[in-house]
Amino acid sequence: MSDAVTALREPWPDLDRQREGVSVGIWLFIASEVLFFGALFLGYTVYRTLYPEAFRIAGAQTDVFYGGVNLLLLLTSSVTMTFGVDASRQERRRTTLVCLGLTMLLGTAFLIFKGFEYSADIAKGLFPGAHFPLQPPQTQLFWAFYWVMTAVHAVHLAVGVGVVGVFALILWRRLLPIESPGMLGVATYWHFVDTVWIILFPLLYLVGRS
Amino acid sequence: MTNSHGRRVHVWLRPIAVWVALVLLGLASLGSAYLPLNAFNTSLNLAIAGTMVILLWLFLMDLVGSEALVRLIAVAGLLWLSFMFALTLSDYFSRACEGPGDVPPATCVNQKTNRGAF
Repeated sequence: MSDAVTALREPWPDLDRQREGVSVGIWLFIASEVLFFGALFLGYTVYRTLYPEAFRIAGAQTDVFYGGVNLLLLLTSSVTMTFGVDASRQERRRTTLVCLGLTMLLGTAFLIFKGFEYSADIAKGLFPGAHFPLQPPQTQLFWAFYWVMTAVHAVHLAVGVGVVGVFALILWRRLLPIESPGMLGVATYWHFVDTVWIILFPLLYLVGRS
Repeated sequence: MTNSHGRRVHVWLRPIAVWVALVLLGLASLGSAYLPLNAFNTSLNLAIAGTMVILLWLFLMDLVGSEALVRLIAVAGLLWLSFMFALTLSDYFSRACEGPGDVPPATCVNQKTNRGAF
């Protein structure tokens, strides 16, 4: 029995149709996620337009080093994930597992850097509340968006790291064949999390730099 | 390239080319943020981010090689997002600062300065 046969599940007639089904499902989920994150971006847009000077002052306080390094980490992880998908389709088991491992490592590095950044932000008192160090008061709006948007993104990334890890374990233990269409779903979700950071980077880290 | 090795190189070449383009665009965005372009800083940064997302979606998420139905779903998500932005922003940005009574609306855009105010 070949891997192609065991990868095939009911009710799909062949593996290509099954992959198409996975693609449709994950893209429907991503369309809903676009609207979820879109609501946050919309709120940010409204308040930034209402209080441009406050957002400029507040935005200059974010740490562009951490934001930039994390952008590089996620862009690289998207490429390792793409290599993994290609290797999976070519039934190259070892390369697929290595690529999934690298993707997990890069995602974990992102979360570690994010932890360092949060720690530095808290040390500077940049959390909205009674003793917020910046003026005018609307600077707190920027930082409220910063905490909510980056935290929601970090949760998505942590889930992604977990999903990639579990999927790699399943493939490693041969519970699914290496060319399983599920790989496509995992990869598409991962790329979407990268997409969100690409948008967040200019909104949160490049404000008030000039 | 038709042999197995050539095919593998070809398959790996595209993601690497896209990664290089994404990193260069990211650096361009970072660098341009420090130029005194006033309001154009944000426009430029968002245009670069949009280009990066298009590259990622087309080539790494493989929308370019996907079925029409998948592409339709991706576009539908963006279409509904654009409706949400258009309807909400048309409300907020057309609010006048002068309310019916003594107290103005909580958020409004000053029609003369185009700036927000309490």
